[in-house]
Formats: sequence, C-alpha cells, structure tokens
Amino acid sequence: MAKILDNVKIGPLNWKMRVHVPKLVAKAKAGQFVIIRVNEQGERVPMSIAGLDRERGVLTIIYQVVGKTSALMTTVETGGEIIDCVGPLGLPTHLENWGTAIVVGGGIGIAPIYPIAQAWKEAGNKLYTIIGARSEDALFYEDEHKAIADKLIVCTDDGSYGRHGFVTEPLKEILDSGEKIGMIMAVGPVPMMKFLSKLTAPYEVPTWVSLNPLMVDGTGMCGGCRVAIGDTTKFACVDGPDFDGHKVDFDLLIKRLAAYKEQERESFHRFVESPDCRLHQSIKEIAQS
Amino acid sequence: MAEKIQKKDRMKIPRSSMPEQDPNERAKNFTEVPFGLSEEQALQEASRCLECPKAPCIAGCPVEVDIPGFITLVMEKDYAGAARKIKETNALPAICGRVCPQEEQCEQVCILSKKFTPVAVGYLERFVADYERENNLVVMPKIASPTGCKVAVVGAGPAGLTVAGDLTLLGHKVTIFEALHKPGGVLVYGIPEFRLPKKIVQSECDYLADMGVEFKNSTVIGKSDTIDELFEMDYDSVFIGTGAGLPNFMGIPGENLIGIYSSNEYLTRSNLMRAFDFPTYDTPIIKGKNVAVLGGGNTAMDSVRTALRLGADNAYIVYRRSEAEMPARAEEIHHAQQEGVQFNMLTNPVKFTGDKDGKVVSMECIRMELGEPDDSGRRRPVPIEGSNFTFDVDLVVVAIGNSSNPLIPQTTPGLETNRWGNIVVTEETMQTSREGVYAGGDIVTGGATVILAAGAGKVAARAMHKYLMDKKDMVAGED
Ligand SMILES: Cc1cc2nc3c(=O)[nH]c(=O)nc-3n(C[C@H](O)[C@H](O)[C@H](O)COP(=O)(O)OP(=O)(O)OC[C@H]3O[C@@H](n4cnc5c(N)ncnc54)[C@H](O)[C@@H]3O)c2cc1C
Ligand SMILES: Cc1cc2nc3c(=O)[nH]c(=O)nc-3n(C[C@H](O)[C@H](O)[C@H](O)COP(=O)(O)OP(=O)(O)OC[C@H]3O[C@@H](n4cnc5c(N)ncnc54)[C@H](O)[C@@H]3O)c2cc1C
Ligand code: SF4
Ligand code: SF4
Ligand code: FES
Repeated sequence: MAKILDNVKIGPLNWKMRVHVPKLVAKAKAGQFVIIRVNEQGERVPMSIAGLDRERGVLTIIYQVVGKTSALMTTVETGGEIIDCVGPLGLPTHLENWGTAIVVGGGIGIAPIYPIAQAWKEAGNKLYTIIGARSEDALFYEDEHKAIADKLIVCTDDGSYGRHGFVTEPLKEILDSGEKIGMIMAVGPVPMMKFLSKLTAPYEVPTWVSLNPLMVDGTGMCGGCRVAIGDTTKFACVDGPDFDGHKVDFDLLIKRLAAYKEQERESFHRFVESPDCRLHQSIKEIAQS
Repeated sequence: MAEKIQKKDRMKIPRSSMPEQDPNERAKNFTEVPFGLSEEQALQEASRCLECPKAPCIAGCPVEVDIPGFITLVMEKDYAGAARKIKETNALPAICGRVCPQEEQCEQVCILSKKFTPVAVGYLERFVADYERENNLVVMPKIASPTGCKVAVVGAGPAGLTVAGDLTLLGHKVTIFEALHKPGGVLVYGIPEFRLPKKIVQSECDYLADMGVEFKNSTVIGKSDTIDELFEMDYDSVFIGTGAGLPNFMGIPGENLIGIYSSNEYLTRSNLMRAFDFPTYDTPIIKGKNVAVLGGGNTAMDSVRTALRLGADNAYIVYRRSEAEMPARAEEIHHAQQEGVQFNMLTNPVKFTGDKDGKVVSMECIRMELGEPDDSGRRRPVPIEGSNFTFDVDLVVVAIGNSSNPLIPQTTPGLETNRWGNIVVTEETMQTSREGVYAGGDIVTGGATVILAAGAGKVAARAMHKYLMDKKDMVAGED
C-alpha cells in the first residue's frame, strides 16, 4: 500500500501524482523508475521518477492518460491509496561532468528528464535543456527546468507557445554552432527519440535515450521488456532503461509497444462505459476515438 | 480399528487411481485437474503400505518424511495427526503432495514398486494436508521463547518460506522480503492454478504470518536495500532464496517478434496477473490458435496446457530430444497427452518469421537425431542436414530454462558465485562466502524442485540457528 498525497490534472491528458514512499525515495536516483498497481485486478505499470522530495519521502509521478490503467489512476483521490509501488527499479542515469551537456524532454518525457537535469547540473555540467509539447496546454515543468538550466528552449508542435516545431530543430542548431557537446540525453515518445538519435549520429555526440517497453515484473524475470541494442538483446528493466540511442532498434520497440492494442482498447472501453465511471470527460473522449 | 490385513493380501490391493476432471472438459478451464482421493480411497491406499521396518521410501524423499509413520496414522483415521507427522520434516505437504516428482523420489524406491505399483505416497500426502486445512484442524505450533535475533529472508519461494517457518519456531524474528506483490515464488507465478490452486499457497503463507513471520512484498533486495544494508538494519543473519529467475532464449533470428514469450512471462501473465480472466483483471495475454512451446520440462508442460485452456486449436510441444529424455514429471506429460497436446520430438527451431506488424506467423525447424551421450548422460541431439521444415504459429513460448538473476550477487561484495552465476555454498550448512549469509533453492542449484528448495531451507535454518546462538553466547561471554 502506498499513500497518495495528491493527484492533480496538469494538462489536457496529463496528471501529477505524489506518492508517500519514504524508503523508496531515500534510495531512488534520477533515471530510475517504479512499478505501481492501482488495485487488486490492476496491471503492473512502470512509471518514471519525475521528482524526489527526500525530506518528506515523496515521489512525484507525471502520467499521461493513454488507456485503462492510466485512466484508473486519475480516479485515486487525495489521501487515497494504491495497492503497490515497488522500486526504485532499473539503473540510474549515468552521471559525469562532460563540460556541456544537453537534456531533451518531449511530451510526458519532460517529467523524467527533470531529475536527470538536476543531477547533471549538480555534477558540474553546463546544461542546455530543450523541452517540447504538442501545444501550450500540454506543457509543464517550465519553471522547474528554467531554474536549473543554463539555457532553456521550449517548443510546441503547433506554435502556441515558445518555438514552433519539434525539439530536434533547436538541437540541430546547437550542434551546427560547433560548440562542443559532451553528452545528450533524450526522453520522450519513441519516434522523437528515434529521429533525435538519427540526427546526432553524424555529429558523433554520445546520445542516450530512456526506453519504455511493456513490462511485467521489472526485475529481469520475464523478458517481456526486451529491446534490441546493436546485435544484442537486453532487458530494459534491469539493463536499462537508458541505452545508447545510436544502437537502439526503435522500429522493433514501436512494434512491440503495439502488441496488445486490441485488448487495451477493449479494456479501456469497458472501463469508460461502466455505469459508475467517474472519469473526466476528456478521458472518455480519447477512449471513444 | 479394522483388522490388520495380511501382508501378502495387502500387495494385491490395486493402487488407487486419482479421480480427475474429464480431459475434454478440463482442457477448457483453469480448475484443478485431480480432485483428490476420497476418505475411502485414502484408507484403502494406506492399507497397501507394508510399513517396512527399513522403509526405503524415507531415503527416497529429499527431506526424509516419515512415510510409514504418517501412513499408520492415516489407517488410524488420525488424518490431522498424519499431516503433523509430515510437517515435522516437510512444511508444505499440500503443495508437495501435488507437485513432487514422486515417481523419481519416494515412490520410485517403495518396496512395492519392484513387483507391483508403489504406494501412492503423494496422493496420501495431499489427502491428509487437505483434510487438515479444510477442516480447520491446523494448530499453531509451540514457538520457542524469543531469542532476540532478527533474520532477513530474501525471496518468498519454497526455500525462503521454509527457512522463515523453521527459524520462527525456534524463537527468531523473521522478515521475508519479496520482489513481487504476492509471496510464493514459482508456486504463485509459475505453476498454474489447474495444478496448484493459489489458495493453497496463500494459506501456507497465512499460516506463517500467523506464526509471526513478517512479509514485506514489493521489495527488491539489491535495489531498495542491499544485503549489507540489511545487516546495518540490525538483521543478524540473511538467507537468500531468490530462485532461478532469468529466462533463457534460443538466440535465433526473429526471437523478438510479438507473440514470442518466455515461459516466465507467459505463466506470470496468466497465473500471477490472472490474465486468463481478462478483462476482469487488467493484464492482457496473447491467445494463440497455433501455439508452439519449446522445451520438455514442467515449465513447458504448464505453458502448453495453459495455451489449450486459453483457446488454442493446436498446442505443440517442440523438443529437441526424445520423449525418454523429457525432464517433465511423467504425470504432467500424461495429462498433456490426454488433453490433446501434440508432441513434436527431435525437433529444434532455427528461425521465426513475422508479418508487417512484427507478429510471429511461422517457425522453421530442423529434425534431430540422438548421438553420443553428453555431460548430463542424455544422448546429445544432432541436427539432420537438410531436414528443415516450416509450420504456422501465432504464439511461441520459450521454455528452455532459466539462469540466475545477478541482482544480488552484483550488489553484494564478497558473495561468491560459480560460472553459471549460482551462489556458492558449503553443502552441510548452506553458508555462502559471506559470514552470516546463507542461500538455498534454485539460486544455488539452478532450476530444481520444490522439495529440494524446501530441503535446502531446512538445512540452512538449522545452521543459521546455530550461528545465531553461538554469536549470542559470544556476545554474552564478552559482557
Ligand atoms: C520505464 C518506463 C517508464 C515510464 N514512465 C512513464 C511516465 O513517467 N509517465 C507515463 O505516463 N507513462 C510512462 N510509461 C508508460 C506507461 O507505463 C504506460 O503508458 C502505461 O502502462 C499505459 O497503461 P494503460 O493501461 O493506461 O494503457 P494501455 O491500454 O496499456 O496502452 C494504451 C496505449 O499506450 C501504449 N503504451 C502502453 N504501455 C506503454 C509503455 N510502457 N510505454 C509507452 N506506451 C505504452 C500502448 O502501446 C497503447 O498504444 C513508462 C514506461 C516505462 C517502461
Ligand atoms: C513453471 C514451473 C513449473 C514447475 N513445476 C514443478 C513441479 O511440478 N514440481 C517441482 O517439484 N518443481 C517444479 N518446478 C520447480 C520449482 O518450482 C522450483 O525449483 C522452486 O520453486 C524453487 O524454489 P526457490 O525457493 O529456490 O525459488 P522460487 O520459487 O523461484 O522463489 C524465489 C522468489 O524470490 C523472489 N526474488 C527474486 N529476486 C529477489 C530480490 N532481489 N529481492 C526479493 N525477492 C526476490 C522471486 O520473486 C520469487 O518469489 C517448476 C518450476 C516452474 C518455473
Ligand atoms: S515430500 Fe515429496 S518426495 Fe517427500 S514424501 Fe512427500 S511427496 Fe514424496
Ligand atoms: S517402502 Fe512402500 S510399502 Fe514400504 S513403508 Fe515405504 S511406502 Fe510403505
Ligand atoms: S519486465 Fe520482466 S524482465 Fe523486464
């Protein structure tokens, strides 16, 4: 059991949940993740660490509603409980002073990139941060990122705020400027991480990405999270989630993420159509789409 | 008591056959296959036992259950007493009665097996344990006065549960740390409901909790706390029973296609996450129509029988050796055959092919023949050149064994492992290369059996008790 301190809507489909798990928080490091289960019938779902308040023992999770479980998460009330929160899992993001480093967060990836930005800054890096969202209302954590980045660039796909366009564009400009960049870390939708890795490869700047395959146990026991890295197969939950973006087989990951499309749709529909469904109207709409 | 039947007459009584669900019916449900013996049958079966003075069956059991002793109590209709007799050496009779490979252990060496069929020790063990549980005759054992010692057990499989039970009885305070959200290890995530109902495992865990064992589920040692940190938290001794949890894959082309599971994933989804009951439970599972399960062990049989129950039209076992070499229990192979599983022996997959969405659609195999015996003494399968053939599959389950999970060795300096990653222990005590740290079960032996894991737990508990008491005496001496 883990206590939920609050659970608030921060964007059209984005929510922020704060969980009281002092032991977990004391151990957790940037780049790791947790697995939660909402109730007894629930799935085990992985969620990145989006903030750690070590003094109060509070973990922040930021999640986007994409299906049954993430929709169910929105129904947990302040002061309520979820049945499990296990972690920290996975390896922490590598920490080093590379001189100048760039973190890139796209969509929900703006959240997990934040503790990484904090850690890299503390390690002494000059830090450029690029964050991007579909539109202004889906953007969050701007002030938090601004407080630690040496330079923050904000993009929206529709131009409703900041720069108009994808996060890869300002990144390309920085790389073209000839400034020496020691390391890039990107977290976001798989296509974003794919194109970003493709972009940085010719510049030979090391680029790490955080992968989000489907998982079950998160301890290396099932192999459901396997990803192809170069010629080898790795288990993202124990060998990752961070991997060298220049070696990741992103197309395989995209396909594997769609493995349960039909069941996921069925489960989401059933949930939304149940008579006591108290979901937000916007969530009901995406279930119907 | 009924009059004693003469020995030579006892031998003539036929072995009881286990009543079970009809194969056609059961291949569609997840309810337990055998119903268990009736009281009448149990009494008749017990009367077959010759109560041999030297009872070879006892030595055939890895934990030396007093078999004639408990069978005598069955004949006296003291079923709960019989269950308690077994529990003197085996804490998990309801489980072992169901899943032990008796045909290679206690029953194999039963005197009767020479000329007739052996006494059905497993059936009787199950009968008395079920009787005791179902009639609420389980009594709390007397627990020794508190020693003040704290013990951490890592992993709630049969090895860890046994250690926890034995040390609690001796007055130590035991906490079990389990990575998953439910205790039981393979008993909950691996072995299916139709072979071992989960409520039985739960009741064994409840019993331990009632005795005073503390369960900390959803706690991954090595991640949340390391073994060294457990000592810093004032645990006086640690037992590692983390099992053999890292699935092996074939390493052949196409293995990452959708629809190719490790048996651990397939069974965990179905058993622990109860995906067979989707969408009541949220976890999905791929339901194949043409399912190939690779391997010949218990895990393979459990997977292939699960596939049938999830609606497969064709469920195949694909095994590179012949039936004689299959490591699965005879009973499980027999059950699988009855239920309509198709066996492709001497066949090895070489490649998988997928469609545009990355879903597996076919599997290419090669035929094998048996050559010279290998290290394991089994004849080595060798491929027959040019015998390749392809068949359609939409689900493949790879059940070719597990390696050991490196999480704990990686985070425990000075903990010695062998070249397979198994933790090295001194056999008589189960002590590892680290003082106060003991280990047992699959993490030491590689994939073995429930009773061997429980037996290792027994040995470890005895040694840990001695270690704790010696340490206490030493501290007392210093005062
Ligand atoms: C290490 C890791 C960290 C993650 N961190 C976060 C996070 O911080 N915030 C967050 O919102 N989500 C995160 N995810 C993804 C999250 O686990 C899934 O979105 C969630 O499981 C969806 O469950 P659902 O029942 O709501 O949707 P489902 O019905 O299961 O899925 C709906 C849709 O979401 C996609 N989806 C399902 N699972 C995943 C997944 N694991 N990754 C990406 N897409 C998925 C499916 O392909 C499908 O299209 C993370 C995943 C991993 C592996
Ligand atoms: C599908 C299948 C069918 C089988 N059928 C039979 C059968 O019919 N008869 C038989 O005798 N044997 C059978 N076996 C083998 C038997 O189940 C095992 O030998 C036995 O369970 C091993 O017990 P164990 O206690 O060593 O480990 P396990 O049962 O594997 O339990 C280990 C536990 O440790 C936990 N753990 C792992 N790492 C950590 C960590 N870092 N921190 C905290 N917890 C951790 C795991 O989650 C798990 O719960 C079968 C095995 C499988 C997989
Ligand atoms: S524990 Fe297993 S081997 Fe021992 S007597 Fe019972 S069934 Fe036989
Ligand atoms: S060997 Fe067989 S007949 Fe003899 S005591 Fe054991 S079970 Fe009974
Ligand atoms: S999620 Fe099971 S091995 Fe990674």
